[in-house]
Amino acid sequence: MELLLNLVIYLPLLGIAGILALRNDKATKWISLIATSATFLLSLPLLFSFDIANSGTVQYLTEGSNIMAGFDIKYLIGLDGLSLLLFMLTTLMGPIVILSSWDSIKEHLAGYYSMLLLLQTASMGVFASLDLIVFYVFFELSLIPMYFLIGIWGGKNRIHATVKFFVYTLVGSLIMLVGLIYTGYDAGAAIEGYKFTTDWRFLSGSGYQIGLVEQTYLFLSFALAFCIKVPLFPFHTWLPYAHTEAPTAGSVVLAAIMLKMGTYGLLRICLPLFPNAFVEFAPYLATLAVIGIIYGALVAMVQKDVKKLVAYSSVSHLGFVVLGLFAFNTIAVQGALIQMINHGLSTGALFLIVGMIYDRTHTREIEDYGGIAKVVPVFAVMFMIATLASIGLPGLNGFIGEFLILNGTFSSEVLPQNAFVVFAALGVILAAVYMLWMYQRVMFGPIKHEKNKKLVDLNAREIGLLVPLVIFMVWIGIRPTDFTQYSEVQVQELLESSNEKRLAIQKSANGNELPQWASDLYDVDVTDELASKIEN
Amino acid sequence: MDYLHDLNAFLPGIIVALAGLVAIIIDSYKDDHGSIFGLTVFSLLAGLVLSVVDMFGPVGEAFSGMITYGGVSAFGNSVVLFGSLFCVLISREYLRAIDHEYGEVYSLMLIATTGMLGLVSANNLVMIFIGIETMSICLYILAGIVKGQKIGAEAALKYFLLGAFATGFLLYGMALLYGATGSLYLTEIAGAASSNLLFIAGAALLLIGFFFKVSVVPFHMWTPDVYQGTPTTITAYMATASKSAAFVALLVVLSKMIPAETANWAGVIEVIAILTMVLGNLIAIVQDNIKRMLAYSSIAHAGYLFVGLAAGTPEGYSAVLFYLFAYTIMNIGAFGVVAYYERQQGLDFTDVNNYVGLGFKKPLMGVLLSFFLFSLAGIPPFVGFIGKYLIFAAAIDAGYVALAIILALASAASVYYYLRPMVYMYFRDPHKDVPFVRSGMLFRSTLVILAALTLYFGIAFGDLHNLLSSYYSADWVTHLMGH
Repeated sequence: MELLLNLVIYLPLLGIAGILALRNDKATKWISLIATSATFLLSLPLLFSFDIANSGTVQYLTEGSNIMAGFDIKYLIGLDGLSLLLFMLTTLMGPIVILSSWDSIKEHLAGYYSMLLLLQTASMGVFASLDLIVFYVFFELSLIPMYFLIGIWGGKNRIHATVKFFVYTLVGSLIMLVGLIYTGYDAGAAIEGYKFTTDWRFLSGSGYQIGLVEQTYLFLSFALAFCIKVPLFPFHTWLPYAHTEAPTAGSVVLAAIMLKMGTYGLLRICLPLFPNAFVEFAPYLATLAVIGIIYGALVAMVQKDVKKLVAYSSVSHLGFVVLGLFAFNTIAVQGALIQMINHGLSTGALFLIVGMIYDRTHTREIEDYGGIAKVVPVFAVMFMIATLASIGLPGLNGFIGEFLILNGTFSSEVLPQNAFVVFAALGVILAAVYMLWMYQRVMFGPIKHEKNKKLVDLNAREIGLLVPLVIFMVWIGIRPTDFTQYSEVQVQELLESSNEKRLAIQKSANGNELPQWASDLYDVDVTDELASKIEN
Repeated sequence: MDYLHDLNAFLPGIIVALAGLVAIIIDSYKDDHGSIFGLTVFSLLAGLVLSVVDMFGPVGEAFSGMITYGGVSAFGNSVVLFGSLFCVLISREYLRAIDHEYGEVYSLMLIATTGMLGLVSANNLVMIFIGIETMSICLYILAGIVKGQKIGAEAALKYFLLGAFATGFLLYGMALLYGATGSLYLTEIAGAASSNLLFIAGAALLLIGFFFKVSVVPFHMWTPDVYQGTPTTITAYMATASKSAAFVALLVVLSKMIPAETANWAGVIEVIAILTMVLGNLIAIVQDNIKRMLAYSSIAHAGYLFVGLAAGTPEGYSAVLFYLFAYTIMNIGAFGVVAYYERQQGLDFTDVNNYVGLGFKKPLMGVLLSFFLFSLAGIPPFVGFIGKYLIFAAAIDAGYVALAIILALASAASVYYYLRPMVYMYFRDPHKDVPFVRSGMLFRSTLVILAALTLYFGIAFGDLHNLLSSYYSADWVTHLMGH
C-alpha cells in the first residue's frame, strides 16, 4: 500500500513523460485523461482500506533516510484522518479538470496538460507529506504550473493576475520558510544526536514544546503564509484577479484544491505546533474570518461578472473554514474539514458551470444572459444544484459544513463571544441573497438577447463531469458521517493532545522571565514562584 | 620526491596551464580551432576529474605551504573547472556565430582558469595575488574580444581600470598585513594577529579588494556594464568561474586568516549582505536588458552568499560552497540560453522585449530558460532552493534571524524579475516573425545537462552537502587548533 500511495502521487508525472514522448495533440488529451483516471482509481483502495479507528496514526507510511547527516529531513509520505479526504478530493478532481478542458483549450496542448498533471502531483504531495520541508517543496512546486496556467491560457489581464498571484504567495511562503527552519533547529535540539528535525509526528507530539515568545513569532510566520493562501481577509486581493483570469480548469483547481492548502496548513501545522499562540490569536483571526465572510458576500453581491462573483463567494466560504478551525473544538474543526471538501465540490462545480456557458457565449457578464433556463434545461438543473449546495441548503453538503462550524463556534471556549456566530450566520443569509439573485438574473425571466435563443445544452461530456460532483454533494448532505468518520478520531485526539500541550507550556512558563507583552498575551503569572518551585 | 608531491597537488592547474600554452603554439602555426577546442575541453575535463577525485582525498599543503590541496581547495577547483568546462562548451557555437572564434580565446580561458585554480588553492597572500592577477588580466582581454564594438571596448576598459584599482587595494592591504604580522602565510598571519590599527587596516583593505572582485554593494558599479558589453558566453565565465574562485578565496581568508575577535568583521559582512541583497534585487527589477538583469541578479546572489559568510560557522561556510556550485550551474545555463537567442539576432536581442513569444517558437530553449530562472529564484525542487535553504539554515542557526528574514523578502522581490522573461516568452503574443537557426547538438546537450543538474542537485543534494560539511568540520578543527 505504501508503494501504491507513491505510485498514485507520481503517476501524473509519467503522463507528462508520455505527452512529451508522443507530441501529438489528440494523444496528449487521452494520455492526460488516462493518467488522471488511473490516479483516481488507484487511490480508491487507499480510501477503502483506511483504518478509521486509528485515523490518528499515519497510514501507508513511506519513510526515507535522512538526506543530510545530523539533519532529520527525510522523504516522509503517508495519509491520516486530516489529509485523507483532501487527498481523495484531489484525485477525484484530476480527471474532471482534464475533461473540462477537452474542447475549450486549443493552443499549446502539450504544455497545458503537462502543467495540469504537474499540478496534480504537487497537490497530492502537499496533502500527503509529513515532513515539513517536503511539505514546503510540494507547496511551492504547485505555484509553477498554476503560474503558467493562468499566464498562458488565461484571460485578458492574465499577466498582471498571475504575477500578483505568484509574488503574493511567495512572500508568505518565504517568511514561513524562515519560521520553518527555526522550528527545525529548535525541535532538533530536543532530540539526542540531532540538530534539526521537521518530522511532523515529533513536532506535533507532546515531546516537543516551544516557549511562548518563540511560539508567537513562529505562529505568525506560518499563519501569514497560510492566510495568504486561503486567502483570509485582508490578504485576499490576489484571489479575484487570479480566479477571473485563469482558464476554467485553473479556477477549478485553485478553488477546489490550492486554497485548501492554506486551511489545511493551519490545521496540520499551526494548531498542534503552536497551540498557545493558536488559542490566543484565535479571536483575532476569527474576527478576520468573520469580516471575510461578510465582506466577501457583500462584494460578491455587487459583481457584474459571474466568475468574479463565484471568486468572492470563495472568500466568504473559506472564512467559515477558518472560523471553524479557530473555534478549537471537535465539532467545529470537523465542520471545517468537511467544509473544505464541500467548498471544493460546490465551488469547483460552479466554476465548471461558468466555464461551460462561457465556452458557448464568450461572456461572463450577468447582463448578457437572462431567461436561458428554458433554452438549456439540463444546464439550469446542474447550476441550480451547485448554487443550492453553495448556499448551504439542508439536504446538500454546504449545510452540513456550515451547521457544524456554527454549532461548534457557538459552544467554543476559545471564542466565547456569540457575536462570531451571529455575524457568520448573517453570511449564510447573504450567500443565499447573492447566489439566488445571480441565478435568477442569469436563468429566469424573458430571454433578453436574441443569440441566447440558440444556446446548445450540455453535452454528454459536460454532464458526465458534473454528475460525480453532484452525487457527492447529495451524499454528503444526506449521510455526512460516511465522510466525517475518517477524521473524527484524529481530530478529537489532536485537539486533546494539543490542549494538554498548551496547558503544559502555559504552566511551565509560570514564574519565568517573559517580556511584558508575552506575559500579558498568554496571561502568565510571572511572579508565581511557588508554582515553579513545585514544578522543579 | 618532494617536487613530485608538489606537482601532484597542483596537477589540475598544471594540466590546464600546459594546455593553454600548447593552444597558443598551435594557434600561431595554423588556424585549427577544432583541435584547440578539443584540447581545451579535454584538459578541463581531465582537471575536473582529478579535482573531483581530490575532493574525497586527504587534505594538506604543497609548494612549501604556498598552496593547500584536498578539502575546500579541491571543491573550489572542481567548481572552477566545472564552470570553465561548461562555458567553453557553450562558447564555440556562439563565438562562431558572432564571427569571433579565435584560438586565443581558448588559450586565454585556460590561463585564466589556471589563475583561478591558484587562487582557490592559495595559502599565502602572494599566491592569492598571483592567482587574482593571472585570472583578471586574461579576463580584461576576453571582455574586449569583439574589437570593433563600442560597448565591448567600454566594458573592457571599465573592467580593467576598476580591476586595477581593486588590485591596488588588495596589494596595499597585503603590505600592511605583512608589516603587522611579519608573515604572508594565512595561518601565520592569523596566529600573529591582534587588534592593532595596522592589522585592521591591512585586513580591511584586503577585504575591499575582494569585495570589488566579488562585486558586492557598494563596490559593484562595474558589474552591469561589463556583463552587458562582454560577449555573452564570456560573461557567463566571468559571472561563474571567476566569481566562484574569488569567493572561495575570500571564504578561506575570512575563515583562516582573520580571527573574529580582532574587530567586528561579522558586522561589516552583515551590513554589506543587507545592502547587496536589497539594492541588487531592487535595481534588477527595472532592467530591460536581460544581461544587465542577470548582472544585478548576480550581485544579489553575492549578497545571499554574504549571509552565509556572516554566519561564520562551519554550516555557513559549507552552505556558501554549496551555493557557489548551484549558482554556477544555473547561471551558465541562463547565460547560455541568452547567448542562443542573441546569436540569432545580434547583440541588441538581449532586450527582454524581444523575447516575446519565443517560448513556443523554440520550446526546448524556453523550457531550459524557465528551469534556470526558477532555480535562480530559489523555487523548489531546483538546486537554487537548496542553496538558499542551506544559507537560511546556517543564518538562523547562528542567530541571524533578522538577516534571514531580509533574505526571504529580498528573494521574494527577486522573483518578480526572474518571472519577467517568462512572461515575455510565454504570455505575450509575438509581434513579428523571427527566423531561427537550430542550435548545434553540442550546445543543446550542454544546456540540457545543466538543466538536469539543477533538478538532480535540487533533489539529491544530501551526499554533496554531507561531503562539504564533513571536510569543513575537519578543516574547522585544524583551524581552531591553529590559534
